Amino acid sequence: MKYILAGLFFGFVAVKSEVVSWFRILEMFHFDSFHMYGIIGSAVVIGIISIQIIKRFQMKDMKGEQISVGDKEMTPKRYIIGGSLFGLGWALVGACPGPMYALVGNGYWIILVPMFFAFLGTMTYGMIREKLPH
Amino acid sequence: MPWYIAGPLIGLMVPLLLVLDNRQFGISSAYRHMCAAVLPKGKFSFFSYDWKAQKWNLLFVVGIVLGGYLASLTTVEGYSVAISEQTKLALGEWGITDFSGLIPTEIFNFSFLTTPGGFVVMVLGGFLVGFGARYGGGCTSGHAISGLSNLQLPSLIAVIGFFAGGLLMTYFILPLILS
Repeated sequence: MKYILAGLFFGFVAVKSEVVSWFRILEMFHFDSFHMYGIIGSAVVIGIISIQIIKRFQMKDMKGEQISVGDKEMTPKRYIIGGSLFGLGWALVGACPGPMYALVGNGYWIILVPMFFAFLGTMTYGMIREKLPH
Repeated sequence: MPWYIAGPLIGLMVPLLLVLDNRQFGISSAYRHMCAAVLPKGKFSFFSYDWKAQKWNLLFVVGIVLGGYLASLTTVEGYSVAISEQTKLALGEWGITDFSGLIPTEIFNFSFLTTPGGFVVMVLGGFLVGFGARYGGGCTSGHAISGLSNLQLPSLIAVIGFFAGGLLMTYFILPLILS
């Protein structure tokens, strides 16, 4: 239940701030407005401060376990290739995965099409990943 | 909602999920869990894990759908995204004239889907989002928000990749598809 509420909060904010809008994504890639950069930038600033506080005070989660934020593996190839492929798709659909769910919630049923193919893309990756450079 | 309110609220998702149950904010993994749920176990190592242990991620995306619905209920006058005039001019060159709603209905409709352009945008676009997110180990939430918040160099590389791909598409490929 708490995760549904967390998702609901995120989805609501993402729609109300127009992050889910194709128009905003294309505006961002045209460098015509600060809006998207402001949102991502200020989100990261709050995220950095929060994680620093959590680490500094060795905070525990609500189950009483130590919170640990692991490091990502430094394998540059996969981030460059995979990241660029994701970027091509991001600009095509004009929405990243989270916003797509929020758009469906707004009644844009057609977004179920790119979502279904994102699911198939994920499946394809998992099936051929041993053959891909990482 | 202005950026200086929305951004910090989205940023708070990072500590919220960590404090709730030591979970890292990331959305695209939900597709992996869906694959793991429907594929036979043991056939593919990438999908052979206890997806039910990651149920939170699936609940989270259900919540996003509900959040989108709630937002639509509270926006009775309909959406009109206030993008800049320069962007409107650029999009006008691609034949986009209707700026109402959250997405351009001139592109996102079922009859355009049956054209080559519509196929590339919705089918290939969706496929690349799913494929690229897993190949690159995350999407905008997992890398640009979560990863950068934890000062991860791999995430910075991925985000640069996101923009390299996005700019290439916006300036060189989308104009060919849409105009």
